[in-house]
Amino acid sequence: MNQVTRFWRSTIGRKIVMAVTGIIGIGFLLAHITGNLLAFKGPDAINSYSHFLHGPGAELLWAARVVLIVALILHVAAAYSLTQQSHAARPDGYTKRVPQASTLASRFMRWGGVLLLVFIVYHILHFTTGTFHPGGEYVEGDVYHNVVQAFHVWWVAVFYMVSMVFLGLHLYHGAWSSARTLSITGDSPHPLKHQLSVAIAVVVWLGFTLVPLGVLLGWIG
Amino acid sequence: MNLKLHVWRQPSAKDTGRIESYEARDVSPDMSFLEMLDVVNEELIVAGKRPIAFDHDCREGICGSCGMMINGVAHGPQKATAACQLHMRTFKDGDEIVIEPWRARAFPIIKDLVVDRSAFDRIIQRGGYVSVNTGGAPDGNDILIGKSSADHAMDAAACIGCGACVAACPNASSSLFTGAKITHLGKLPQGQPERDRRVIGMVEQMDIEGFGNCSWFGECQEACPKEISIDVIKQMNRDYVAASARASSNE
Repeated sequence: MNQVTRFWRSTIGRKIVMAVTGIIGIGFLLAHITGNLLAFKGPDAINSYSHFLHGPGAELLWAARVVLIVALILHVAAAYSLTQQSHAARPDGYTKRVPQASTLASRFMRWGGVLLLVFIVYHILHFTTGTFHPGGEYVEGDVYHNVVQAFHVWWVAVFYMVSMVFLGLHLYHGAWSSARTLSITGDSPHPLKHQLSVAIAVVVWLGFTLVPLGVLLGWIG
Repeated sequence: MNLKLHVWRQPSAKDTGRIESYEARDVSPDMSFLEMLDVVNEELIVAGKRPIAFDHDCREGICGSCGMMINGVAHGPQKATAACQLHMRTFKDGDEIVIEPWRARAFPIIKDLVVDRSAFDRIIQRGGYVSVNTGGAPDGNDILIGKSSADHAMDAAACIGCGACVAACPNASSSLFTGAKITHLGKLPQGQPERDRRVIGMVEQMDIEGFGNCSWFGECQEACPKEISIDVIKQMNRDYVAASARASSNE
């Protein structure tokens, strides 16, 4: 226990927790996108995938949910305490400070993270529990129907698409910096260059944006 | 050329500071930034006012004493240049220049632009050295060091400990400084016996001093007058995890 406490208390320890949980999140997002895109194949494809997850795959689904919830809690807790520490590290700010190298994405990690947390809560209430489902009735198990109905409400579709822009930005910096925190990339003459993380950010952003956009434009439903 | 300076004035650590404005007249483009301040200070002294306090020593960019935020950039607008090597030709007539001290909880202000960087010394005391027995001088080339290790160590050893990395970092993190020391010694055979103790001690001290964490903004690398790469932070993290794992398996 002592070792775990010491690891958590060190800044590097908490950064490593953030990086590992972030990478778990990226893995989940890629799987999530694959499922979502089944909507383009029609109601049967995506609904039978949903039936598999809630039927024979239920144990798998719950295992994934537990891992993801733990990862999310650790990610947010580490982010919160590191942010507090950083604010305490510079109590008096500069009259003038001009950023030289940092990307917009890196400077938006904290507020963007809060936004994404709000999105996740809304998203679960929207599609998982059906508690808040504007634009029609939520039908348990009929994923295709729920998705089509939800994104016919224009502001819901816009809210989702805007959130996905922030998710893309979060991953652009997050994927790149996680790899560096964990020291799994090689040394480079241009260490600020993002290569893999651009690809991850674009794939995730586009993958998630296609479904609400598809419903709005009539490609789905 | 004539310039308008907006300088942070704070008589002592206990006083509250504020920005005050001064005219710098007939500045030669060949002056260094510190020489320009010297001239302004001469005028202040003649007028019976308190001169602007700032740290400086070698004035040739190698000691790490000088350092201030110049128009919101650590060491000013020229890349890979300490404030003493920044020349007034970088500015133009009529420019307004905001000059502030490094700002971090771990670097308390002593006076005006002078900050106390003892926190760096205490980080060094926790392992930023190699223990060498006294005795006769060792033979040259007694310990062979590969070219790539020597290059990496030398690049990291260029750190002059000026604190620009902390000043430029939005989190006021000292990761670039500590990472540079760890990489410098960790790449050399002489640094191996104390490698684990070094990284654990120095990282712990960095946290005790109240520096922030590394969010990989990249600002430190850009501000560093010696162009030290953020890759040294990666090295520090890797060494820290390996050393922690070995320490816990030995307990």
